[in-house]
Amino acid sequence: MLSRVADSLFWLGRYTERAENYSRFIDVNFNLSIDLPYGMKEQWEPLIAATGDRENFMQKFGNDFGREKAIYYLGFEENNPNSIMASIAAARENARIVRENIPRETWEVLNELHFYIQKAFKRKIWKKDDPKGCFTEIKYQLQLLNGIAHETIPRNQGWFFTKLGQYLERADKTSRILDVKYHYLLPSVDEVGSPLDFLHWAALLKSVSGYNAYRRVHGSLSPPSIVEYLVLNQEFPRSILFCLNRAENCLHEISESKKGFSNKAEKKLGNLRADLEFADIDDLFTFGLHEYLDSVQQRLNKISTEIYEQYFKVQPNFTFTQIEE
Amino acid sequence: MNNTEYNSTVHYDEMFDKTGQVRSTYRSFEKVLRELPHKKLSQLQFTTDKAQMTMGMTFNVYHDGRGIEKILHLDLIPRIIGSTEWKIIEEGLQQRIEAINLFIDDIYQDQKILKDKIIPSEIVLSSTDYLPACLELNPPNKIWSHISGSDIVRDNSGKFYVLEDNLRCPSGVSYLLENREIIKQAFPGLFNELGVRPVSDYPGMLLNMLRYMSTKDKPTVAVLTPGIYNSAYFEHSYLAQQMGVELVVGQDLIVENKRVYMQTTRGLQQVDVIYRRIDDKFLDPLTFNKESLLGVPGIFEAYKAGNVALANAPGTGVADDKAVYAYVPRIIKYYLDQDPIIDNVPTYICSEKEDLQYVVENIHQLVVKETNAAGGYGMMIGPKSPKSEHKKFQKLVKDNPRNYIAQPTLSLSTVPTLDGSEMGPRHVDLRPYILYGKNIEVLPGALTRVALVEGSLVVNSSQGGGSKDTWVLFND
Repeated sequence: MLSRVADSLFWLGRYTERAENYSRFIDVNFNLSIDLPYGMKEQWEPLIAATGDRENFMQKFGNDFGREKAIYYLGFEENNPNSIMASIAAARENARIVRENIPRETWEVLNELHFYIQKAFKRKIWKKDDPKGCFTEIKYQLQLLNGIAHETIPRNQGWFFTKLGQYLERADKTSRILDVKYHYLLPSVDEVGSPLDFLHWAALLKSVSGYNAYRRVHGSLSPPSIVEYLVLNQEFPRSILFCLNRAENCLHEISESKKGFSNKAEKKLGNLRADLEFADIDDLFTFGLHEYLDSVQQRLNKISTEIYEQYFKVQPNFTFTQIEE
Repeated sequence: MNNTEYNSTVHYDEMFDKTGQVRSTYRSFEKVLRELPHKKLSQLQFTTDKAQMTMGMTFNVYHDGRGIEKILHLDLIPRIIGSTEWKIIEEGLQQRIEAINLFIDDIYQDQKILKDKIIPSEIVLSSTDYLPACLELNPPNKIWSHISGSDIVRDNSGKFYVLEDNLRCPSGVSYLLENREIIKQAFPGLFNELGVRPVSDYPGMLLNMLRYMSTKDKPTVAVLTPGIYNSAYFEHSYLAQQMGVELVVGQDLIVENKRVYMQTTRGLQQVDVIYRRIDDKFLDPLTFNKESLLGVPGIFEAYKAGNVALANAPGTGVADDKAVYAYVPRIIKYYLDQDPIIDNVPTYICSEKEDLQYVVENIHQLVVKETNAAGGYGMMIGPKSPKSEHKKFQKLVKDNPRNYIAQPTLSLSTVPTLDGSEMGPRHVDLRPYILYGKNIEVLPGALTRVALVEGSLVVNSSQGGGSKDTWVLFND
């Protein structure tokens, strides 16, 4: 497979997953706002903080972390390279680059989704009373995309590069969704363990479609169990460890190696996966949840860099000495 | 549709004859059309537009800035051609391409045609598309012009003329193929009833032709594109997808030991045949345009060594120069000893003294074209242009006669075309696609380009033209 094509497929996986997760971010808050007790205000700042784009947001809007601005920023802001609109446009550009490598339906669904979001942008959907439907639709379209891919794409290198991008992105975003809780403000320390506190946790679970699955495993809502479920569970498709396992498997399929590692990307990813596999929930809290998630994110970035070095980097066929000759 | 509303008596209309009677090829279609309510027709047109957007059949217009995607408007009403007329086109193009190919081969070998003074040497040797680097080269099977798409028009009497030969990787074939898919949805029953010849074979024909260029059993074929910002990118990716081959950009390729390799996730992989959609001059910065970042340094050396085949062969463009075009009837006579089956449009060559004088004096009734421009650029239509344009072109032509030719304004035939909910005659041309592999094959279909503005003669997609599906029938 061409290195450039592999690169585009990887980013196609990443960007579609990113867009889905941003829709889920927004969903967390919609879920919350419905259940908020009397007198409590919606908090949108934690969402912006968790995405890592707080500074960029403040450059544009200052301290105005209101609902309208936040939805606009996460969904449609052109200067936010991670907004849903920007991610889908980037996914579409990548799909266009590798169009000969993907099923026709994949391209067409992505293309229609792009136009759908452009339309929502023109209609200024963030100013509407209830823009939730738009984000639900985006999520469904992305799931349709995943479904089509799952049932039609041959399991060749291209498939594994797309999935690799998707799982690494999801691991990162699940860690960030979880981190939202760190940024949520409770009215006072006494509120830890209060109904409002639990409300926050339940919203997180719902946003990753994990509420019912969690209930069947752990029953009652308890913060350590929820963290454990979203970070260390081996079966839930959006938990960080699950994603790392799958991503590692993708790397092995690509390099056709069975065990251990055959390149730096595999080594670093294997190390991270093993650390999580042999961690328990106490380790996480001892380290500090926010700090732990932060280090996971940083290690994921390094893994991405190694993947680039190993597979996507091409040698320039062009040097200036050639021109001067 | 009400025939009395449709005024088609001025020009040759493909659907109605001069007395307003429906031509035989259109009879079944006209019946279907007559029974369709206006509203349903508009609905079908809407669905057609939407399908094109969904498929991403978009192109970027040059000078229009990045990010502006346009669809090539597809009109619902097809252009229908019966088998007798198609036979003329098919045989005429086969004859033409065979002769042109012999001409190119001669120009880069012995230049007999120049020595015999059939064409003035200076016209050929001064062409910007004549590449001395190609002298004495022997492309596989002695074929230079593998893929071409001639533009054909009809005058008021219904006679066909070749307007241009388009030997430099003409685009549009993907629109032809996708148009058919879309129009099939709009008129599902008609294709069988009418006996419309299928076109879906084209990617298979193209792949066979490309493979034929290599001596290997299973050569690696790739399509080389300038990249996603090229206006024809949709087509490049579409053809690669349909053939199941890699689509590459210059940076994907690297030349080592006069061999061309793709850079893959598992190292270098040799490429044997390249369908390149990059102009000659940008192909190799070491041989041609040193500024080019689109091409592949060293690819020309690999080509010369016979380690990679290129379609079309570099240097082919010399026969596509509009001044050389004027000599194609003589080229056919010289190499094949035949009269052309399809005529040229009469052409005045400004570098010839008498012609130049005629052009300057009659510029208001002529179409003046730059000899090496394409896409409707560098062109002036006398009868439709103001005096200031006439003056401007008179000066341009006098200052640099080699760069211009002129032709009488042709009327171009018309086909009924939807404009809102109304239907009116709009001018069309015809671009069939020809492949030169083991045999010379003409795809039984074509891209019909239509000037959407009433009375306009400019059909180029970059200048407000649209397209129509073209049905070639098994019968008349």
